[in-house]
Amino acid sequence: MIIKGKVWKFKDNIDTDVIIPARYLNTSDPEELALHCMEDYNAEFAKKVNQGDIIVAGKNFGCGSSREHAPIALKVAGIACIIAQSFARIFFRNAINIGLPIFESEEVAEQCSEGDLLEVDTAKGIIKNLNQDKIYKTNLLPEFIQRIITMGGLREYVKEEIKRRDK
Amino acid sequence: MGKTIAEKILSAHTDTDNFKIGDIINVRVDFAFANDITAPIALKYFRESGAKEVFDRERIGLIPDHFAPNKDIKSAEQCKLLREFAREYGIVNYFEVGKVGIEHALLPEKGLVLPGHMVVGADSHTPTSGALGAFAIGVGSTDFAAVMSLGEVWLKVPPTIKFIYSGKLNKWVGGKDLILYTISKIGVDGANYKVMEFSGEVIKGLSVDNRFTMCNMAIEAGAKTGIIEFDDITLEYLKGRTKKPYQIYKSDPDASYEQIIEIDVTKIEPQVAFPHLPENAKPISKIKRIRIDQSIIGSCTNGRIEDLRIAAEILKGQQVHPEVRLIVIPATQDVYLQAIHEGLIDIFITAGGAVSTPTCGPCLGGYMGILAKGERAISTTNRNFVGRMGHPESEVYLANPAVAAASAIAGKIVGPEEVK
Repeated sequence: MIIKGKVWKFKDNIDTDVIIPARYLNTSDPEELALHCMEDYNAEFAKKVNQGDIIVAGKNFGCGSSREHAPIALKVAGIACIIAQSFARIFFRNAINIGLPIFESEEVAEQCSEGDLLEVDTAKGIIKNLNQDKIYKTNLLPEFIQRIITMGGLREYVKEEIKRRDK
Repeated sequence: MGKTIAEKILSAHTDTDNFKIGDIINVRVDFAFANDITAPIALKYFRESGAKEVFDRERIGLIPDHFAPNKDIKSAEQCKLLREFAREYGIVNYFEVGKVGIEHALLPEKGLVLPGHMVVGADSHTPTSGALGAFAIGVGSTDFAAVMSLGEVWLKVPPTIKFIYSGKLNKWVGGKDLILYTISKIGVDGANYKVMEFSGEVIKGLSVDNRFTMCNMAIEAGAKTGIIEFDDITLEYLKGRTKKPYQIYKSDPDASYEQIIEIDVTKIEPQVAFPHLPENAKPISKIKRIRIDQSIIGSCTNGRIEDLRIAAEILKGQQVHPEVRLIVIPATQDVYLQAIHEGLIDIFITAGGAVSTPTCGPCLGGYMGILAKGERAISTTNRNFVGRMGHPESEVYLANPAVAAASAIAGKIVGPEEVK
């Protein structure tokens, strides 16, 4: 899959309380969650984010709570891919499980600017910065994880596994 | 080559032979649970998955503790989803209001998570039960849905960091201070993807309640889980809680660790973590004139009976400062009842504190103690992120129950000695 989108830049340690504050967790409606995405950090984000945009962040993105509402809110708001220096582990697996592609790259996190246009080849792990004319190669995700992302998330894997076991 | 406790538990729960750190393996799950925030998404996914029944009706917990007793109509609808699902699928461990407590305090108390167990919880503070020698990891809703139908979870085999605590604990210093101090040394991502194994003479002398507090906050250093070796103190805690057999694993002397960190506790004072990260801990003696509006004593971190005993020891015969709201929340009904029997609740109310039924409520800015713009709280909870307890311009300072109680009396952040 090739993703092409504009960059939203975020700092280190963006926590899930900031991505989607708990005051909105009395619902799990994805559209409603998306409306409040990042609201305490950047009130304009949910209004201005476009389908296909990409988040580039510092270290430990998504730290804190296990709320899957956080990657869901980002995905439904329009974010197609997240690239960070590093991810907190629960956010990492939640993103994979819902089929939201994520990559770790210190170089991209350092060198990329807000508003840059990126092109990400998710299968090859290649990230191109079209504004800066730079190409980055990230470590490929393990095969099992790639398989889940390609299938569209863990739910599809589980459905297949249930069918297989029923036989 | 020897193995760590974590590696031994994983080995016992997977069919993959000779796995190494970084490998992705499927592991069988002994107990899985979710709450009223994380379960609704999972229950929907489970219903859509084609599964006819859950993998084991006795090994799933549905625990409405976050916004329950229902804080508003939307929360009521979410809790109703859990209740209805539990009835429809015969979930044995659904806990109704009146019996429910904060999940991470409730499950060990009821003997549902045991040493050697592989525990998966749709809540980040699931590592709490690592204090009993279990491998307990926090996951999201999709993972929980998958475990409900398959009884398995995928995970990446983590390396372990061993922490060895030695020396003599100072007065008023407990598990909360040890973990805040540790996080301040390694940072909020210092153990990301890794296991924190807490060991040493200090841990061997630590009560189970204090051990729970330490493992509970392993996630605040990014850890996959925290774990403590089974010993006589664990054995004593388990008495009367379970009749089920369990497996005891201990790390081999020649086990391989990514890192070994030694900490001398003799110099550690009560710690206070400043906004807006749990790594911002400072010793109490270095803190001057920070006025507070609220003090919260409770949560999965510090809402157990020993925590309440410490708070009561400080508050006995004292009055809460007129400009402070003290809110005490026992973590479970058993803790609450025990606190009544011991006269602790009497002390809190006589001192001018409010006592609530068990709930996660204020810790995550849900309800039952939300902060207004510009307000400041000292809290025995686990996170002090921006807006965690309410308004984005409010502040949370994390501390142990003694400091939270003393600060409630003083109206500013102080150590227990200053109000004695």
